[in-house]
Amino acid sequence: MTSPRLTLTRRAALRAGAMLPVLAAPRLLRAQPAAVKIGILQPLTGALAQDGDLGRLGATLAAEAINAAGGLKELGGARVELVVADARSNPEAAAQEVEKLQAEGVVAIVGGFASPICLAASQAAARYDLPYIVDVGVSDQITTRGLRNTFRFAPGFGTVTNTALANLVRLNTAGGRAAKTVVLVHEDGLFGSGLAKLMQTELPKLGFEVLETIAHPTPARDMSNVALRIRALNPDLVIPSSYYGEFVLLARTLRQQRIRPKGIYAVLNGAASNYRFVKEFPEAAEGVMDCNHWHDPRKEEAVALKKKVEADGRLWAYNVPLNYSCVKLVADAIENAGAADRGKVTEALAASNFRGHIMPYGPTKFINGQNQGAAPVNTQVQGGDIKVIFPESFADAKPIFPLQG
Amino acid sequence: MYSPAIVAEAMVNGLMTGAAYALVALGLTLVYGVLHIVNFAHGALLTCAMFAVLGMEQGLGIGPYAAILPLGVLFFLLGYALQRYVIGPSSHGEDRNTLLVTLGISIVLENALLAAFRSDTRTLGGDMGFDVVELGPMLLSRPRLVGCAVALVVAALLWLLLARSDTGRAIRAVAKERFGAQVVGIDPRHIFAVTFGIGCACLAVAACLLLPTFYVNPRVGNAFVLVAFTIVVLGGMGSVVGALVGGLVIGVVESLGGLLLGESLGQLGIFLIFILVLLLRPTGLFGARA
Repeated sequence: MTSPRLTLTRRAALRAGAMLPVLAAPRLLRAQPAAVKIGILQPLTGALAQDGDLGRLGATLAAEAINAAGGLKELGGARVELVVADARSNPEAAAQEVEKLQAEGVVAIVGGFASPICLAASQAAARYDLPYIVDVGVSDQITTRGLRNTFRFAPGFGTVTNTALANLVRLNTAGGRAAKTVVLVHEDGLFGSGLAKLMQTELPKLGFEVLETIAHPTPARDMSNVALRIRALNPDLVIPSSYYGEFVLLARTLRQQRIRPKGIYAVLNGAASNYRFVKEFPEAAEGVMDCNHWHDPRKEEAVALKKKVEADGRLWAYNVPLNYSCVKLVADAIENAGAADRGKVTEALAASNFRGHIMPYGPTKFINGQNQGAAPVNTQVQGGDIKVIFPESFADAKPIFPLQG
Repeated sequence: MYSPAIVAEAMVNGLMTGAAYALVALGLTLVYGVLHIVNFAHGALLTCAMFAVLGMEQGLGIGPYAAILPLGVLFFLLGYALQRYVIGPSSHGEDRNTLLVTLGISIVLENALLAAFRSDTRTLGGDMGFDVVELGPMLLSRPRLVGCAVALVVAALLWLLLARSDTGRAIRAVAKERFGAQVVGIDPRHIFAVTFGIGCACLAVAACLLLPTFYVNPRVGNAFVLVAFTIVVLGGMGSVVGALVGGLVIGVVESLGGLLLGESLGQLGIFLIFILVLLLRPTGLFGARA
């Protein structure tokens, strides 16, 4: 009889081996400066979870890239550590999570996605003078409250709609003024209604007749009636502003009902520049245009990142390059500040002149927290791919308009 | 305001949507009528079934219609086990416990799906959803027509099962008088589980019929469950015929309301009916007879 306690079993040896790195770790840690924590606040559960997940992916890839390149050099190669918080798709939860991130000692917060989340979270962060970088939230209220801690890297609502309208006019002029009548379809929340209202006042000034504005709830279970009304009105152009599921339903129903307007011109749409939609319904997606955030296809880093994301079997959407760029922007500001100090990082952000991002914006320049060079691009689904059609300086395809009926 | 052709087409659309609602409501009304519990996990179970349909198609290459039978059986067994081994034992004979347990199950299921499939909105690929049947000037979606027909068949089968089979008699006996049923040798725990299983099987069928024209994400079930509750109240708690008629009525009301008042206000009709039924006929259209 052997007592198992006295013999060195293989399992025990393995266990001891597993402990070795733990024992060795303190020495390694002592050799490196403390990691710098950046808070990532995204709606990871709830109605906006799809976008939150994409945002987290972009932020994670940025942190990996920074650490792989030797960390924050000005801080002796300190690693970037992300602290991920779940905004649960509502502003109250987002504000609570800011408190948690504050307690964790993050040096800045990146994210938010939806405007209401960004509004609440940046305000909560302002109480601790904690820099807050908005990744997407397009409401212009975000940057007009005079909060010193809040920075938006991407364009706001006003800039996006101005660009969208200007490009629409150019598109229509080049297409022989094919489009005269428009039907607006929008989700009935803050984002869709706001956009529709703006379009209703601006489009007539530009020579378009708005035949009808159709609001729908989110989630909508059926788009057949919307399609019926569009068929009865027979507009040249449909301008939808909805979230992903509803737009896909609408595009499928239009296709099924054989309704083919001369163009579908989406603004900040949840699906029109989404690869899942393009892959699952190539026929319904073909020719759909969108004015939205998009990465700069001229930048090698952007192209490489897109390849990497797709090779991992993940979707590429604008949330990824935006959050990737925002985390890199914060890292750059920390380097310029020379310390992981909130006050200094805020100053560094305000004075930032950052070129290392992958969006088509030029160096950052913040005025009242808004990045001045930020602008959307126009995309169109062509041949099962999403192509940039405006601005011409880096478009990789010519617009196809009007579509053949 | 709108041409009669459009109004007619909106009504047909409403009927087709209503048939799908009815299937979701069938399971709910059955579980309520027999177990006297409001099953909060109904939406999450529908979402599970929809993911199962997606998985069958993408993993095994079995289309949604071919999946009706295997998924129906699978979800019957799942529902049976859920009631027999989780919901039943944990209720300790109190209905309010059951409420909390089903609510808990819905939270667990929803988050498990979120963890497993992420939050992406997915759809069955292919052009199945674009098939139409031309009926005069109307273009009717073929998958939705099929859905409507299958929903009617399922409702009829369910009615037959309840009215003619021994299991059906036992289910009705337990629903009416639990103790009396026990006295004549019926095991209420078994019947409860069978009923819950049938409810889940209805959901599986509904999922197979919905997915060709709809999408799925971990929260999608909620979109149907609120409507299903309204239908159950309208049709009468526990009434199969009521759920079917209620579903069709609600579908048409929603569709016409959406056409005439706008999609956002179209929902108004549903809840107006809900309130009116509660005020004027609390037993629902077919409640008294069930």
